Amino acid sequence: MPEALLEFRAVSKRFVKRLDIVERLAKKLGAQVAEHTVHAVEGVSFGVAQGEVVGLVGESGCGKSTLGRLGCGLHAPSEGDVLYRGISVAAGGGRRPPIQMIFQDPFASLNPRMRIGEIVGEAPRVHGLVGKREVGDYVADLLKRVGLEAGYARRYPHQFSGGQRARIGIARALAVKPEFLICDEAVAALDVSIQAQVLNLFMDLRESLGLTYLFISHDLGVVRHLSNRVVVMYLGRVVEIAATEELFDAPNHPYTQALLAEVPRIDRKRRSFVPIEGEIPSPLAPPPGCHFHPRCPRAMGRCAAEAPALREIAPGRWSACHLND
Amino acid sequence: MSLLEVADLQTEFATRDGVLRAVQGVSFSLDRGQVLGLVGESGSGKSVTGFSILGLIDPPGRIAGGSVKFDGQELVGASEERLRALRGKRIAMIFQDPMMTLNPVLSVETQMVETVLAHEKVGREAARARAIDALGRVGIAAPESRLKQYPHQFSGGMRQRVAIAIALLHRPGLIVADEPTTALDVTVQGQILYEMQKLVREVGSALIWITHDLAVIAGLADRVAVMYGGRIVEEGAVEDVLDAPAHPYSRGLLDSVPANNAGGRRLNQIPGMTPSALKLAPGCAFRERCCYAAASCGRMPELLAHGARRVRCHFPLPAAAATA
Repeated sequence: MPEALLEFRAVSKRFVKRLDIVERLAKKLGAQVAEHTVHAVEGVSFGVAQGEVVGLVGESGCGKSTLGRLGCGLHAPSEGDVLYRGISVAAGGGRRPPIQMIFQDPFASLNPRMRIGEIVGEAPRVHGLVGKREVGDYVADLLKRVGLEAGYARRYPHQFSGGQRARIGIARALAVKPEFLICDEAVAALDVSIQAQVLNLFMDLRESLGLTYLFISHDLGVVRHLSNRVVVMYLGRVVEIAATEELFDAPNHPYTQALLAEVPRIDRKRRSFVPIEGEIPSPLAPPPGCHFHPRCPRAMGRCAAEAPALREIAPGRWSACHLND
Repeated sequence: MSLLEVADLQTEFATRDGVLRAVQGVSFSLDRGQVLGLVGESGSGKSVTGFSILGLIDPPGRIAGGSVKFDGQELVGASEERLRALRGKRIAMIFQDPMMTLNPVLSVETQMVETVLAHEKVGREAARARAIDALGRVGIAAPESRLKQYPHQFSGGMRQRVAIAIALLHRPGLIVADEPTTALDVTVQGQILYEMQKLVREVGSALIWITHDLAVIAGLADRVAVMYGGRIVEEGAVEDVLDAPAHPYSRGLLDSVPANNAGGRRLNQIPGMTPSALKLAPGCAFRERCCYAAASCGRMPELLAHGARRVRCHFPLPAAAATA
């Protein structure tokens, strides 16, 4: 594999809910209260090579969004390191790596009191990429690039539809000339026909600007279409990494298999649904051993005791399951 | 006679910018035990159609015309009393957000027992037994202890199961489900679809499943109606419509689904965006985005039979050319 542009090295992130004053008092008086710790991300290692699109999939609470935020330095890892071109992302203080994030909610991520021109133009002006006088032209160029009219710069976010807002979010991310985009459920809130337009825009931009993507989504259809490689997460851990076609043709991990079997498909009509048992356990109290074992149809005694390591089972193909031994 | 007959249903909302005609002449019928998928994008009028069937349109909205006949009874213009006797008893609704159905300050037991007692004169114990049975049927483990809990003690998927259990308490003849699995994870969605399918088969209820997700419809529905701009543009058996769509909009919608495209290539997209229901030009609502549009599209096409299905288009795609 070529050297990774963005690399996660045994990254863990824990969120701790501190005790409030009442709980501290209760504890002093001898009550059984402890701090809650959520292991959002646990020992994740993988790299994203230049020009690649890596899809990151998983269900709610699996830590995929936290991992995305770790990737662009919005969170500092509790353990491990996130490296961009070999330099730690979270170092802070110094220069930020050229990574931008695109958020899920095109309504919440745009300031309703700012005009589009300010939203898109503020960052490049602050970073000294363009002079004060050129900002207008610069923003107009960006808006055209994402398929909006240059005149929209004077409008406010509420005047746009969801699809247009998604485009504004993309223009804002592109304004600081990033090399790497982390898209966190960037098309999840959009209608199918609008989603197709935005996905096409992502693909065009990748080609024209040579961008690299980490594409976080719960929608396996979107990920399959866009990605070169797919990383599957379950309760904070990576369970499988594979080239897209390999993963969809022959998933190795029982969780990936179950996930793919569950996905409704247009070519499977009037089917009988056969669900996997149980629910995703709470990340506050994940099961011991392999996190998936309580729901796994092929669980063995060993799975409850020992967490399987993510091992390379074929070139470029990684899976964390005892069945591969 | 069909269980549900909707004819020329029209629902509108008075807004500051004028009258918004959300549903403009929707007609379809549904038999017992049948599953109809109602698909469309935001603003197509699919949810308002579902709400209109139960008479759940509040001012400034109103049902401006048409008829909804359930088991021979006219529901449009029926008194609130009569509608209340039907709702929850013979017609039930499941909403996208289960917290819309569940009261956060009442235990699940209180809410379920109340639902039983609202329509039937049975004892409290009997009502409780019914509630426990209903929770068990939607796949909730240990229903007796969970009955005492409050909605916040349930996960999202479990809450939706409770909402479904409440909807099924009286074994209704018709269930209207508005995007009930959209907010849920894939594996949880699979479980809910499994339970719904099983229950509909057991109870023999008719089901209207409102969604934007064509893949869910493919797996669940017998028939599908595609809505655009407040009207049904195509309606037919799920195999016909999803495999060989005849309306250019259904075709465009199916073509823009990533799974129907070669990986890594550009997706087939529909140009432009959904028009606002306030500013609909006369004629076919889709014509500005349609690559087959001609002068005659300035006249609104009727929803006409096209083989075994109905299509609202002057130039329906032939079945052979319509395979993606």
